[in-house]
Amino acid sequence: MAFLEVKNLHVEVEGKKILNGLTLSVEKGQVAAIMGPNGSGKSTLAYVLAGKDNYKITEGDVLLNSESILGMAPDERAAKGVFLAFQYPVEVPGVATMTFLRTALNAQRKTRGEAEYSTPEFMKLVRDSATQLGISQEMLRRAVNVGFSGGEKKRNEILQMAVLQPKLAVLDETDSGLDIDALKIVADGVNRLRLPERSIVVITHYQRLLNYIIPDVVHVLANGRVVKSGGKELALELEAKGYTQFQGEAA
Amino acid sequence: MKADVRAIKTPAEQALGAAFLAARAEMPGKGPVAKLREEAFRRFDASGLPHRRIEEWKYTDLRALMREAKPLAGPVKSKGNVPLLPGVDASRIAIVNGRYEPGWSLANIHDPGITIVELFAFLEEQFAYRTGDIPGKDDTAFCLNTAFMTGGAAVRIKKGARVNRPLHIAHMFVGDAAAAMYPRSVVMVEPGAHLTLIESFAGPTDIDYQVNSALELVIGEGAKVDHIKIGHDGNSALRISTLGVTVDANATYRDFSFTIGGAVVRNQTFVRFAGEGTEASIGGVTLIKGRQHVDNTLVIEHAAGGCKSRERFRTVLDGESHGIFQGKIVVEPHAQKTDAKMASHALLLSDGAEADNKPELEIFADDVQCGHGATAGALDSALKFYLMSRGIPEIEAEALLIQAFVGEAIEDVADEHIREALMGEAVTWLEARG
Repeated sequence: MAFLEVKNLHVEVEGKKILNGLTLSVEKGQVAAIMGPNGSGKSTLAYVLAGKDNYKITEGDVLLNSESILGMAPDERAAKGVFLAFQYPVEVPGVATMTFLRTALNAQRKTRGEAEYSTPEFMKLVRDSATQLGISQEMLRRAVNVGFSGGEKKRNEILQMAVLQPKLAVLDETDSGLDIDALKIVADGVNRLRLPERSIVVITHYQRLLNYIIPDVVHVLANGRVVKSGGKELALELEAKGYTQFQGEAA
Repeated sequence: MKADVRAIKTPAEQALGAAFLAARAEMPGKGPVAKLREEAFRRFDASGLPHRRIEEWKYTDLRALMREAKPLAGPVKSKGNVPLLPGVDASRIAIVNGRYEPGWSLANIHDPGITIVELFAFLEEQFAYRTGDIPGKDDTAFCLNTAFMTGGAAVRIKKGARVNRPLHIAHMFVGDAAAAMYPRSVVMVEPGAHLTLIESFAGPTDIDYQVNSALELVIGEGAKVDHIKIGHDGNSALRISTLGVTVDANATYRDFSFTIGGAVVRNQTFVRFAGEGTEASIGGVTLIKGRQHVDNTLVIEHAAGGCKSRERFRTVLDGESHGIFQGKIVVEPHAQKTDAKMASHALLLSDGAEADNKPELEIFADDVQCGHGATAGALDSALKFYLMSRGIPEIEAEALLIQAFVGEAIEDVADEHIREALMGEAVTWLEARG
């Protein structure tokens, strides 16, 4: 059984059908890339996995480690190991990044019945990851994402991933809005977090990110379903030929 | 047709009239003070309690909210303790049932820079001061305070004195039956002096006592004053507090009011910038629930040029509470280079809560920077989802966001111990909610 099983998922947003029988498996330790044109349902899939409101699931199921997560609130899913790196991380005025990280980590651990991190342990965890991602102590003291550049926000997402140590990380267009240097920092951060027991879903429109985060498998999404799956070479093929071939096929 | 007919007095207005006639012979203060009382009462009697057709009181209709006037509170015989702010080491002045009680006050005020006398002792020597033009003097509630004022403290901070320890004027009501009190205090901070002034209000729960307080704050040239007002009243209390502030040139004035208690509360603040080059921040946080009604009304008068003022108010409303912010900035014709910005934000946690924001600018000078912003809304669902997606349960995510919302305003309090105490109060309030 794969770690993540998306089975025949049908999802509507405000009466509009976005996902049309999407089926997808991601193995433990696998890095799966999901590529597709705009409007193919990539971000919807990401949000549905994380448990955002306003997505109506009309059919299908999502299993994490053989357990359905669709009835769970976002925080319960997080405690089960689901993490979404947002395409557009929101600014949280008045909540210092350190406070936010500590509250989140300890809330998850509490839900799982684990002991809270001690302050020195926690500080070390954050400091080590922050240093690798080029996030300064000053940024950690600031309110979450407030006044951060696009690149800083994305790095902050990866920092959260490093601290929260999810079992399933979904990166929603983490490459969007990044210049090449920022992209490398973020990709290096993700690569350091590749572990045999962690599944990673990399959602992207462009192949570029996949030069840095090499996927084990590539799925092509069009019109709300997976229309083709293959190895990493599929990404290069898409880069060369574009998505039009699949859009026609799926319709 | 001008039909401003006020033939029928409400029971509360009648009771206030009868109380004044009965008490005026015995009320403290003779000669000019008695005359001042009479004048103030006449003004009140002519207009009656303010009601919704009086623009300044539009949202706090006292005729409707103050059904009766409670009898005047008597002095307290026993000696007790005043509530303190946790972690804040302050010199305390106790105003109990509307009177200065030196016996309740902490006898730790040895600072040679501070002089404290009872209000009426002060007035007899310094009457000329009272004839000054106190901001807010035309307000009806303030007139009522002048008519009935029962006592208070007069504090003088000597020129150039740096008072390190905060001075805490603690108002409280002690009693088993509802009563009314009219405390009045005066704080004069002479040129160049520094003072942190805490003012607090507290009383028992489930007793519908009434407070009509007034504080005159006179800030001298180059002085630095932080005033923090904390409303902790009992859940049935009605309190109206008037603050009249005159700020001279090149001063630094920070005012912050924090309200969580009381059934009906109105904090009305009148500030006049009388000299150039002053910087001020005036703000507050209100956290209310149930059927609480809290009105923060602010009138800022830029009567001199080159002053900078920042107004930042935040209100969190739950249950069927009603929160009001009225803020008016007046810039007089010669007050050029005024820089004033006002913001009021309300966070509604329930469908039944109501927030009214009324910002007003009256600008008569042409070279100024003035602005205001007001919002009222629910918690941002995108923010909430972001927090929850990181594993923070809904109620905690909400608490964190609300805490952040009020915390950003509490940041304006300079004294870190007071800031922490207020943050602690906010957290306690949030925990009680969850």
